[in-house]
Amino acid sequence: MKAVYFAWVRERIGKAEEEIDPPPEVATVADLIGWLSARDEGYAHAFENPKTIRAALDRAHVKPDAKLSGAREIAFFPPMTGG
Amino acid sequence: MEIRVQRENFDAAAEARALTKGRADVGAVVTFVGLCRDEGGTLAALEIEHYPGMAEAEIARVVAEARDRWPLIGLRIVHRFGEIRPGEQIVLVATASTHRGAAFAAAEFLMDYMKTRAPFWKRARRVDGTSEGWVEARQADDASAARWGA
Repeated sequence: MKAVYFAWVRERIGKAEEEIDPPPEVATVADLIGWLSARDEGYAHAFENPKTIRAALDRAHVKPDAKLSGAREIAFFPPMTGG
Repeated sequence: MEIRVQRENFDAAAEARALTKGRADVGAVVTFVGLCRDEGGTLAALEIEHYPGMAEAEIARVVAEARDRWPLIGLRIVHRFGEIRPGEQIVLVATASTHRGAAFAAAEFLMDYMKTRAPFWKRARRVDGTSEGWVEARQADDASAARWGA
């Protein structure tokens, strides 16, 4: 699946998007955060405080317990500050 | 019902006029424009990042909720991204209805929900050359959105 990152999540990870291929046991958004955090310090820094992370699956907001199954695109970003 | 996410500035009066053009059933148009403040002369510019595709989709979901709640005849939303300097316009919400109550309420609802749900992020750049980084989400904005109920 494609992963996209915005604002300081993007800066800490050091890239705007990438293809990821998590193993089958990574079933939910929260699982994926844990799996990505183990990759390196940048990911760990980006996801160090899960309360400040928002996620979207196929461009719709989801909660951490949302299932990844079938989604083509996941996005991680901080709380929104538009308007 | 028109939603646009764009780098360019917009003409708020023209957007409002478009809501009443060629019709005589509109009794109320409310136009809200959000502007970039200079924060006591310290702000050089805001950089607004957005999630292309989702920004439009999420605003459309907020618009659908507003249309479920109020009888709107027309509606326009424009949200800018990129560099925006103090005094410049950031966002427009214009609503048209038969009566003012629906137009006022829907415009406020749309702004409250857009601030907490539409995927935009602001970064502040200061006139002294420092960048204080990403603007933090405000609890007051969450409270404003929450008062409309789920």
